[in-house]
Amino acid sequence: MALLDVRGLEVEFDTPEGVVRAVTGLNFSLEPGEALAIVGESGSGKSQMMMAIMGLLAENGRARGSARFQGEELMGMKAAELNRIRGSKIAMIFQDPMTSLNPYLNIETQMVEVLRHHQGMKRSEARAHAVEMLNAVRIPDAEERIRQYPHEYSGGMQQRVMIAMGLLCEPDLLIADEPTTALDVTVQAQIMQLMRELSEKTRMSLIMITHDLAVVAEVADRIMVMYAGEVVETGTADQIFYAPCHPYTQGLLASVPRLDRLDTDDLHAIPGNPPNLLELPDGCRFRERCSQASAACLERPPVWETEDGRSSRCVLRPEGAVMREKAAGAAAEEAE
Amino acid sequence: MKKPVLRVQDLTVTFNSVTGNVFHRQERRNRAVDGISFELFAGETLGVVGESASGKSTLARAILGLIKPNRGRVMWLGENLTELDEESMRQRRKELQIVFQDPVASLDPRMTAGDIIAEPLWNFYPNMDRLQVDERTRGMMKMVGLLPNQINRYPHEFSSGQCQRIGIARALVLNPRLLICDEPVSALDVSIQAQVVNLLKDLQKKLGLALIFIAHDLSVVRHISDRVMVIYMGQAMEVSCKESLYRKPLHPYTNALIKSVPLPDPKLAAEARRENWLTGDMPSPFDRPRGCTFHDRCPYRVKRCEADVPALRKMEEGDWVACHRAEDLDLSIEEE
Repeated sequence: MALLDVRGLEVEFDTPEGVVRAVTGLNFSLEPGEALAIVGESGSGKSQMMMAIMGLLAENGRARGSARFQGEELMGMKAAELNRIRGSKIAMIFQDPMTSLNPYLNIETQMVEVLRHHQGMKRSEARAHAVEMLNAVRIPDAEERIRQYPHEYSGGMQQRVMIAMGLLCEPDLLIADEPTTALDVTVQAQIMQLMRELSEKTRMSLIMITHDLAVVAEVADRIMVMYAGEVVETGTADQIFYAPCHPYTQGLLASVPRLDRLDTDDLHAIPGNPPNLLELPDGCRFRERCSQASAACLERPPVWETEDGRSSRCVLRPEGAVMREKAAGAAAEEAE
Repeated sequence: MKKPVLRVQDLTVTFNSVTGNVFHRQERRNRAVDGISFELFAGETLGVVGESASGKSTLARAILGLIKPNRGRVMWLGENLTELDEESMRQRRKELQIVFQDPVASLDPRMTAGDIIAEPLWNFYPNMDRLQVDERTRGMMKMVGLLPNQINRYPHEFSSGQCQRIGIARALVLNPRLLICDEPVSALDVSIQAQVVNLLKDLQKKLGLALIFIAHDLSVVRHISDRVMVIYMGQAMEVSCKESLYRKPLHPYTNALIKSVPLPDPKLAAEARRENWLTGDMPSPFDRPRGCTFHDRCPYRVKRCEADVPALRKMEEGDWVACHRAEDLDLSIEEE
């Protein structure tokens, strides 16, 4: 059974300008021990989708659809029940460790609080467990440093503390939303690798949300690319990096500046800007920025699927793929 | 021979920090910028790269006179900016402009795009004709790739990439001769980063600007710089022309920064991480290592590095490096 199974998820926000459709018709599932990366630009809905599943949407937000975690439906669950799962079975790490930690409390107080609340541990027992966790994320002199305050840690160390806090209750799923974006490149790879190692050791599943494909290259099993609230392509890491199907994925890959290629000086850009979620275009949402767009893209594109589990939402058919969701035009023709 | 427009000599900025209490007052000094010297020619781009807290933003602010340096000179067209009184410095700012990292936060949300771009004109030419200002503003918008009919829109109606274009238009409206860009693309999505970098490159060519482009990693700067300066704890470690820096870095730290840039390729990424020896964090700025500031993280260190501070010296090819072992180390990057 899948650990997390999301079907038909829709997220909307009421704003003074109208209804913003942040996520539309999202389906995906996650197996135990799997590391899934969700990649997309700002405004692609990648963060709001996770917030909806965790019941953390802002007040003007609404979510529909289904999200089953270990067989239990999360959507519409009461806050008290959700709190039983959040923090203990599902943990979350956010982009900026500095603002996620309480600056007035030392690390020990913040970590012990989690264990006392979720697991009812005694203070001494909780402290020992917290030190153990800090050791696991390679904080030097954890026994000493646990008494320090967040500002005495560097950015990379703070993010390691956040990971340690997330892991305290041995969750089945860790969701990391842009965990390395605020960090120096020199520590990004270490943090990513650390999360991967810990997930392998404990069979914990991992969802990494990022705008930068390159940072998840080494750690993701599977990658889901989102654009303007929809999934445009999914596949294994090898499929996405070595043979991307969707023109958007291809564009994203090409715009990563590469230092291992010295022959070219040009930096590839995807022209234009993502569409306004208030007035989403009909047909393919990437159409206006796509170099391969044709008249066919004015209709909603079909979704293709191959036997080895990759999918692409585009008029262009990937090799060996069958149609899972028909194009709007084709469906209408059939109805006639 | 061409003369440089900007000559920075031995620039040093020190911050004092007071800790403890009334009875145990402790004053500590942090040299954020430590004896930096370089020259910049018209139409040339210098990339400045360093991890967070390396002093790169402080350097930018000291050059623009936003922070008073403790030592050193900033020679702009033969005139020492650090000795100017406030009003003369204000007048010089017409020629020296800056673009900031966070495109949204650096724009006043209650001003329209047109007002933001025109504000420097009103500051320096209060008697300018309203129509003339309007025309100039629309011209600037066109130049940075915005539509002149968006002139009455507010920042929140633009995407972050477009906001950065407004920031660039504001910086260029006075026809400056030097533009400092302090991490102008770090807050942008990967696909949009390239757009902004390419725009800056074009504008520089068109306007003959001297450009200082600050970044926290070596990837994006390669595409825009003629020379790159790598700084660590406020000191220049290497200043090399682009061609040699990325093929054959002279300083071990430069080499490590190159290896840290994430690659969108699972196999190469794993390889690069295994080869990258740079771990741990920058030492505390209050507790600088003796000798070479980088020696405690450097695998190539010898006895001498712990005692003597390496001076920045010119190598045969005309590149500069501050490393005792620059001659006997071969750090060439192999190409795939």
